[in-house]
Amino acid sequence: MSTDLEQFYEIFFEESSELLADMEACLLRLDVNSPDLEDLNAIFRAAHSIKGGAGTFGFADMTEMTHMLETLLDRLRRGELKVRSEMVDAFLKAGDVIKAQLAGHRGEGQADPAVAESVCEELKKLSEDSQEAVLVVDTMATNFDTQANSMPQANDVAQLNFNIEFSGTDLNSATIENLLANLKGLGSLENLTPENSEGRYKLALTTSNSEEDVWENLAFLVDPASLKIETIPFDNARARVATEVGFLNESVSNAEFLVAEDELTCALPPAPGYGFFPGAPAAPKDIEDSETNSRKTQLHNASNSKSEPQLLPTKSSGKANVATSASETSSIRVSIERVDQMINLVGELVITQAMLTQTASQYDPVLFEKLHSGMSQLERNTRDLQESVMSIRMMPISFVFSRYPRVVRDLAAKLNKRVELKTVGENTELDKGLIEKIADPLTHLVRNSLDHGIEVAEKRIAAGKPAQGTITLRAFHQGGSIVIEVSDDGAGLNKEKILAKAKERGLPVHDGMTDQEVWLLIFEAGFSTADQVTDVSGRGVGMDVVKRNIQSLGGRIDIESAFGVGTRISIRLPLTLAILDGLSVVVGDQMFIVPLNYITESLQPTATDIKTVSGQGRVVQVRGEYLPVIALHEFFNLRPNVTEIHKGILVILEAEGHKAALFVDDLVGQHQVVIKSLESNYRRVQGVSGATIMGDGKVALILDTAALVMASQQELV
Amino acid sequence: MIKTILAVDDSASIRQMVAFTLKGAGYEVIQAVDGQDALDKANSHQVNLVLTDINMPRMDGLKLLELLRKLAQYKNIPILILTTESGDEIKAKGRAAGATGWLVKPFDPKRLLEVIGKVIS
Repeated sequence: MSTDLEQFYEIFFEESSELLADMEACLLRLDVNSPDLEDLNAIFRAAHSIKGGAGTFGFADMTEMTHMLETLLDRLRRGELKVRSEMVDAFLKAGDVIKAQLAGHRGEGQADPAVAESVCEELKKLSEDSQEAVLVVDTMATNFDTQANSMPQANDVAQLNFNIEFSGTDLNSATIENLLANLKGLGSLENLTPENSEGRYKLALTTSNSEEDVWENLAFLVDPASLKIETIPFDNARARVATEVGFLNESVSNAEFLVAEDELTCALPPAPGYGFFPGAPAAPKDIEDSETNSRKTQLHNASNSKSEPQLLPTKSSGKANVATSASETSSIRVSIERVDQMINLVGELVITQAMLTQTASQYDPVLFEKLHSGMSQLERNTRDLQESVMSIRMMPISFVFSRYPRVVRDLAAKLNKRVELKTVGENTELDKGLIEKIADPLTHLVRNSLDHGIEVAEKRIAAGKPAQGTITLRAFHQGGSIVIEVSDDGAGLNKEKILAKAKERGLPVHDGMTDQEVWLLIFEAGFSTADQVTDVSGRGVGMDVVKRNIQSLGGRIDIESAFGVGTRISIRLPLTLAILDGLSVVVGDQMFIVPLNYITESLQPTATDIKTVSGQGRVVQVRGEYLPVIALHEFFNLRPNVTEIHKGILVILEAEGHKAALFVDDLVGQHQVVIKSLESNYRRVQGVSGATIMGDGKVALILDTAALVMASQQELV
Repeated sequence: MIKTILAVDDSASIRQMVAFTLKGAGYEVIQAVDGQDALDKANSHQVNLVLTDINMPRMDGLKLLELLRKLAQYKNIPILILTTESGDEIKAKGRAAGATGWLVKPFDPKRLLEVIGKVIS
């Protein structure tokens, strides 16, 4: 039967990535001075599992690397070697190589064989160096090199010689044959039975099994009364030779069921593919009721028969046995496409349900009571379904957070700073799509905190702070959003420096700017206040990219900072990219959706609140503040039902520290809308971030609030 | 009668490959992620053969073997150990714990079926 292994590649890739991440986390946690055995075991197991999978799937490069890892790790966990920090570094590097190899097999880039080789060398050297340093007497333990295992090693199992005598007069020749074969299976057997022995058999056996084992093998068939087993002591040198002979003999007797080595799928040291332990319990228990010796015969036949394996059930009958699925693993892996397809379908369902509700609302609720109660039930069920489907895509943020201990460790070492990374709320869940996209911006922020925020130890001590700085990553839910904070107890932002730099770069600044406005300057393209450009940061590329990324996810970013105390950057993101809470507004015959999290309030102004600024824009006075008015009909060139602002509605928006008033005809209601990409269905439109289908089947555009607010700011300047 | 095999491995890819292969050959397969899980499942199911990895979290294959052999219904069931280490040490340990035989990883589906075919009856 041939199996297409490729279908399991994806599972293997995912699994290996997870294992690598676990391994890295354990490595980073590892205290070199008193390593936790559990951690060492976990790291070993990760390497071991990857090796197993890589071997099975034929990824020889990964097998080799994991093998090297495993070898050294095995010695560490057995306590033969002491963990040294170079080892942790080497392990981390090896992890990176495996990651690259994995990506290579996935068709994403290529691993550099030279790097792999150098890491391999390093690992080898580490295990060899240490081998000299710590020579352990235990022979079992030095048996670490699997290369050597291709030749069976005799020294870990003591070999014994037995003289066996028994009477076979009441046994038929087939039984005797079975018996001899069984004994042969135990080790090397010599038949010393003289001719004309009158049924008395004499055998010499060399085996690693105990006398008890030998006895068990025989006692089933031979009358115990006639059985005599004698252990023969002999000197070590002879034992050694005999042992080797024994093993060779054993492999000869096993040869029948060794599959040709070239069938091995990978370049591991050649090893027999499998074998059975003679005399071990194997037969199904129902045999027990029949002849006593059939158990032995069965086993003997099993291990010696050359015939093809007898697979009683046929392939077609296999289809009938799906029933056990409930008892199998409690989680399954599903491709993200399938989940997305489901989410899409549920999205369609939500729209259909909204349409039905709208249609049903035209019918008298008294006359059509059942219809209405059915509709409200449908609505409830649809909402529950939608929520549970969305939750499939939810993943804990620890998937992202887990990569930072490494980032911080490497960078802190490079910058010669002492930094501790704390993570809070790792179990906070957010959409998988967001997880993937948030990682890069977050990395940037963490690096920035480390490079610009945290001071070197001397400076910190001088400022009365602990020498070790702290960076805290925190995630939590707030309303319908997830908030991710990166905070440090470093130097904080320097307002003067930022202002000076901004002036130098010709950015529009004035001395009356609020802190918040000043901090936002660091998101301007090309802005950097770093005294020195390092390879870590300071080139000013980044913060503007960070902001753009966050915005493209429908999120916003805020900075709080106190000079000398620290900085906190918080990112607020919608929980999911697929559904949005919005306020629907109308302008003329068009409906628009305004994302709810940008709205602070809606109001109907009086005519006197509206002021025109130098013939151009209009502003409205709201609670003593003058806000620019964005007339949506002007922006999209529509024919509105209301042209005078005080007759319509103003929706006050807040984005990126700026406020603006959106002038619309009327408010319609609050909806959860399913976001459809305008770009993939049509093209990008200024001021619009997406579209959705409303209950009546019409398309409503979702406003890009941030872009609208920014546009209004530029108009004002 | 359809035979049921308990496949124990902490690696999902190996486990699923094993399950897929065995199911394709008409066996019923129960999967367990470690020794403890396997023991629980072995207790609640009628199993005709156990195929177990050695190195697993929570409970390793050797411990599982030992405990299974103490159960009356698993005294004489074939239990194969699946191991990356082909060394004799592990084989000796496996044997001592009561394994029927061993199978070295990596293996291909054909060999897996071949080995299982030899011991399951």
